[in-house]
Amino acid sequence: MFELIGIPPQALFGQLLLGLINGSFYAILSLGLAVIFGLLNIINFAHGAQYMLGAFVAWMLLNYLGIGYWWALLIVPLVVGAFGIVLERLMIARLYHLDHLYGLLLTFGLALIIQGLLRNQYGISGLPYSIPPQLSGGQNLGFMFLPNYRGWVVVASLIVCVGTWFVIEKTRLGAYLRAATENPTLVGAFGINVPRMITLTYGFGVALAAFAGVLAAPVYSVNPNMGADLIIVVFAVVVIGGMGSILGSIVTGFSLGLIEGLTKVFYPEASSVVIFVIMAIVLLVKPAGLFGRAA
Amino acid sequence: MADATDTGNTGIAAQQAGAIPTAPGMPRHHAAIFLALLAAGLAAPFFLYPVFVMKVMCFALFACAFNLLLGYTGLLSFGHAAYFGSASYVSAHAAKVWGLPPELAILCGVGAAVVLGLAIGALAIRRQGIYFAMVTLAFAQMVFFFSVQAPFTGGEDGIQAVPRGHLFGLISLRSDFTLYFVVLAIALGGMLAIYRIIHSPFGQVLKAIRENEPRAVSLGYRVNRYKLATFVLSAGFAGLAGATKAIVFQLASLTDVHWSMSGEVVLMTLIGGMGTVFGPLVGAAVIVTMQNYLATMGAWVTIIQGTIFVVTVLLFREGIVGVIAKWMKRTL
Repeated sequence: MFELIGIPPQALFGQLLLGLINGSFYAILSLGLAVIFGLLNIINFAHGAQYMLGAFVAWMLLNYLGIGYWWALLIVPLVVGAFGIVLERLMIARLYHLDHLYGLLLTFGLALIIQGLLRNQYGISGLPYSIPPQLSGGQNLGFMFLPNYRGWVVVASLIVCVGTWFVIEKTRLGAYLRAATENPTLVGAFGINVPRMITLTYGFGVALAAFAGVLAAPVYSVNPNMGADLIIVVFAVVVIGGMGSILGSIVTGFSLGLIEGLTKVFYPEASSVVIFVIMAIVLLVKPAGLFGRAA
Repeated sequence: MADATDTGNTGIAAQQAGAIPTAPGMPRHHAAIFLALLAAGLAAPFFLYPVFVMKVMCFALFACAFNLLLGYTGLLSFGHAAYFGSASYVSAHAAKVWGLPPELAILCGVGAAVVLGLAIGALAIRRQGIYFAMVTLAFAQMVFFFSVQAPFTGGEDGIQAVPRGHLFGLISLRSDFTLYFVVLAIALGGMLAIYRIIHSPFGQVLKAIRENEPRAVSLGYRVNRYKLATFVLSAGFAGLAGATKAIVFQLASLTDVHWSMSGEVVLMTLIGGMGTVFGPLVGAAVIVTMQNYLATMGAWVTIIQGTIFVVTVLLFREGIVGVIAKWMKRTL
């Protein structure tokens, strides 16, 4: 077998695939954060908890109701998204007239509550969620072995990301959304129900996080802390990319996942901090973020 | 710096609450509260478990340091555990491995926090508002990962059995009772220093930045320098709290650098009343007491803390001291 710079190709491509999978989650989550931030002007700190909730609801559907992976992929975003809508109506909507910081603090509190409740109920050891039978096994690509499920995660998240981009940038609904981001008062004056749009946007962002959670359930074990650590990395991704551009969020998410994977191959000690180091460099060179507009 | 000599900037600061003393010296009711705190602090170890009160004092100083940034400059740092925790590690290491006396070990910890605060602060102030919070949180997570891997932190075990040593090489701090008065001096001294900073011309500029940053810029203040200086001061005092905590508990661990610690200090400041002098102290006392009583209940502590966050943000944004101050029609 050939080697690349002293690294066996299986190890290299294996880590790149893992990086791509992490990148898929970074992309979906930072996309959700960007969509929510665009219209609501708050940073949804509960995003990680909602992602974790997605994985848990999928697990509950399977173990309590016998509903499998494919239905979960549809039902979970709806359920968790509806939960998000309730949160927005009851609490977050009361903060729009205040400083952005309060939205962050409120959603941080919500994240603590969700995590604490699930930790009380299920502990922190993690629950297994098996890969659906249709996607077990894998393909031998010659240079590496590709587990089917991992390939599916990358494809599914690409489809969701591109779909979201299409809806926001190319449809009439997306045009309303972009207009409301720029000037909600004017859009309201044209007879569009802006508050309802805000509520649905939050629900949609939360549903994206929950969808990522279902995708993640068979890859990682389902545990109450799975979102908390991820969301901090996603924050760094958002700072690097800037939240001004949908496509920017997607590209940044996937490429940072890949870079993280590469670091695991060449310099594993730094793999947990590489994204933060990149964030530091971006802040030095282009403080508004790679795809951001200066405020 | 030409701008620092300009003290006639009461115009902006006077807009908020109206009652900020411009005359030198402390308003009488503040002096009375500080004296009462001193008296309570001196009497407390005769009635309460000294280690518990020392914990409250360390966290009160930590929260006051944090409030300097959030309450008076309007900058929400979501990563203050980085300074608290790294100072705690460095002072524990200095006392245990280098064998330094406690005052020098604490000083080493403060130095580490200041350096770290300078590095992170210089990068973080390049973004505003919500991004600032995310940047500080992300860098704090980087410090956390570093602490997990670095050999001198002891990983999951942390640095245990840190010797309390002899103060100035003379006074043994092994007894909780002796150590208590040292911690009281550090905490109260730190709070007085922060009070002095808030009520200096420098502090007035900070409030101007909080109220209206573009206007402060247009008045000729170099806003970024003020922000960075405050960030470093805040990190330094947070470090003082963390280093002292390491000596008191003879332990530095990953808990001190974890993001949940950053969240706790936000909570203490918020519930006590941000932008008030005595709020963080009250908030720290409330949260530490609560943790003490609920320690056996595991995840419920997290749930209750989350609930306090939600309720405070929705209904009670002035915090405990903020409400009392409004009721008494005085700044507290």
